[in-house]
Amino acid sequence: MTINKIKDGSTLTLALEGRLDTTTAPELEKEVRTGLDGVQQLIMDFAKLDYISSAGLRVLLSAQKLMSKQGGMKVIHVNEMVSEVFEVTGFADILDIE
Amino acid sequence: MKEMTTEARIENIPAVTAFIDEQLEALDCGMKAQMQIDMAIDELFNNIASYAYAPGTGSATVRFDFDEAARVAAITFVDSGVPYNPLEKADPDVSLSAEEREIGGLGIFLVKKTMDAIEYERRDGFNVLTIKKTI
Repeated sequence: MTINKIKDGSTLTLALEGRLDTTTAPELEKEVRTGLDGVQQLIMDFAKLDYISSAGLRVLLSAQKLMSKQGGMKVIHVNEMVSEVFEVTGFADILDIE
Repeated sequence: MKEMTTEARIENIPAVTAFIDEQLEALDCGMKAQMQIDMAIDELFNNIASYAYAPGTGSATVRFDFDEAARVAAITFVDSGVPYNPLEKADPDVSLSAEEREIGGLGIFLVKKTMDAIEYERRDGFNVLTIKKTI
């Protein structure tokens, strides 16, 4: 997985490419832990994300919790596979998906 | 039938996924079904790597079978670790808010929801877990 970062003022976009799973989720977790100082709007762009497993959901949940305290978080360009994972796990109700 | 045996470690998940992807691609599996199967491998192999032999290590075998007439792929995970039937785990409450959420149990729940079938058997000292998916 690669993470492309685009910072625009207090808005940070993390564009993920590849697979968000057990082996790659720690990379995103590191971004969430260390890279969100001063960020008010976090956008997760999933246009090039192939799939997500529960390890990825865990990181999204901690990012959501953190961002709800300092602004907001949005998930955009979700493919069918990822969308279904959000639906069955109830994450569709927790996350702001566009 | 094809199979691979490897040490049950998280670092080996990509190798297992690559092995299964190779079989699926040769069978013209649809992209969505392949991604769902890859996700299932991530969840199930991660479980074996994390719990089967903890705190030690051991090996796991992953087998691929294909029913051509029905176009059903069957992937079987075999380990000789502690007896563990993931199907006995209660489903998580997926209606809770972000603050109340506990993430445990979501993985096996996702596998149940996305595969056509999942079967567990304890056989001769081995955990034998099979997932089936029409591709």
